[in-house]
Amino acid sequence: MVNFETVVFYVFAAILLGSALRVITARNPVHAALYLVLAFFTAAAIWLLLRAEFLAITLVLVYVGAVMVLFLFVVMMLDINLERMREGFWRTLPLGLAVGILMAFEMAVVLYDRWQGLARAPKVPAADYSNTKELGRLIYTEYAYAFELAAVILLVAIIAAIALTLRRRKDSRSQDPSEQVKARRADRVRLVSMPADKDG
Amino acid sequence: MLDALYALSQSRLGPVWGPAVYEVVTSLVFIVAILVPLMGLMAYLTLWERKLIGWIQIRIGPNRVTFFGIPWLGGLAQPVADGIKLLFKEVIFPANANKALFVLAPMLALMPAIAAWAVIPFAPDLVLSDINAGLLYVMALTSVGVYGVIIAGWASNSKYAFLGAMRSAAQMVSYELAMGFALVVVLMVSGSLNLTDIVNGQGKGWFASMGLNFLSWNWLPLAPMLLVYFISGIAETNRAPFDVVEGESEIVAGHMVEYSGMAFSLFFLAEYINMLLIATLTVIMFFGGWQAPISSPVFDAVPPILWLLAKIFVVVSMFLWIRATFPRYRYDQIMRLGWKVFIPLTLVWIVVIGAWMQTPWSLWK
Repeated sequence: MVNFETVVFYVFAAILLGSALRVITARNPVHAALYLVLAFFTAAAIWLLLRAEFLAITLVLVYVGAVMVLFLFVVMMLDINLERMREGFWRTLPLGLAVGILMAFEMAVVLYDRWQGLARAPKVPAADYSNTKELGRLIYTEYAYAFELAAVILLVAIIAAIALTLRRRKDSRSQDPSEQVKARRADRVRLVSMPADKDG
Repeated sequence: MLDALYALSQSRLGPVWGPAVYEVVTSLVFIVAILVPLMGLMAYLTLWERKLIGWIQIRIGPNRVTFFGIPWLGGLAQPVADGIKLLFKEVIFPANANKALFVLAPMLALMPAIAAWAVIPFAPDLVLSDINAGLLYVMALTSVGVYGVIIAGWASNSKYAFLGAMRSAAQMVSYELAMGFALVVVLMVSGSLNLTDIVNGQGKGWFASMGLNFLSWNWLPLAPMLLVYFISGIAETNRAPFDVVEGESEIVAGHMVEYSGMAFSLFFLAEYINMLLIATLTVIMFFGGWQAPISSPVFDAVPPILWLLAKIFVVVSMFLWIRATFPRYRYDQIMRLGWKVFIPLTLVWIVVIGAWMQTPWSLWK
């Protein structure tokens, strides 16, 4: 039976597939990044249809709002030579295909059993049911250790990323704001009493 | 009346499509009912800004354009005149600009600014979409607004515009973090992401039971977060003194330099609507939303939405006052303030409030 939600799902699914295809076929890397943004947005909309509101909005907040902005930032700054980028296409195609097929296989292994078709959408929850609260409860009770482990790994990754790239250039100059605030007139100005020049 | 409409659509279109059509039509009507006053407010906000800054700087401000030649309305028709002027100006495309993205950028700037209003509660039960994750939704949409600026800067094929885009990408992403953390504190004390619940939660407590509602609002116990949120809000909307994105003395007008006519005015609209949005959110999170400051028969008789509007007016005027008062921040100092002052401050405050909530002296039970 065709109902409103099914129509919405197919529209979003079509947009998602189309934009995902354009991510890899777009010639301009900035366009590709923007199509990826569209793909994230549409994926968030499909998650909303599955009533996973926290995940959907977080996807937009984290990936669209922060990660992709930095991504675009970098892509726009790079001096990309399109001719040179397209040179190696046929050479790297077999490797790319192999990785892609392997990924599809792995996902199939995980998901095949649970696939139930479109008919069994999640039930409409009660009005006072909060997705966010439920998720928080699960993370901090049943999955507390896994969650904390993931947090520690992320923390290590953050510190490592900063430590690897932090380099103080010798020729860069910067002000120290606390020094600036502490500066007093006496440090900078010396008033000298001089007799007036008679001949001038 | 809504029930009758629902019944009508169900009887005409069947049980499957009836509710869907009903939802779409009523949502569209409500959206227009929010958008039209919002556009009017935005237009007169530009006039108020020019007038107020004029008075602060001992000038008069716009006082010429009037309706139908009535002299004592001098200046009141200025926004209308500006709007008509912008409508009739040509939109010029720079040479080698990426045309599709050049057109898309102003829309991308405006859309999230408007869409965020869907979850704003204007009065008890007066909200378009009373969703559970309202706060999260607002944060997600305000974080998307940066795309308009970045794409405009890149698509314009101009160095000034591109520099503006780079600055905005760095600045807006940085201040979003501090803003998000400040909101996490609000979320902790209200225990809900729903904006209506957040407002209702502020109307309870010792002071509220004595009738002094305004002392129960979040601004008092969360004063440092209010400060962080408000300043980050100014930075997030690229207003002075954090307007290095436009920086007219350094990079002409940043991302907007190549835009003219309506395309330019969409950016303008987005900036002012975002300013109204941040002011509204400040009022909802910290100043008790639609609640009257003191519960007395006279104050309670005022419709709640008027309280909300009055508070928004005060906060927005603060934005303008700050613009008229402070010189522009230097770029590296903006980044320093965001990363080295605000983010550590908010992180510490999350722990402080979290610990406070576990003690017997917790205000939020």
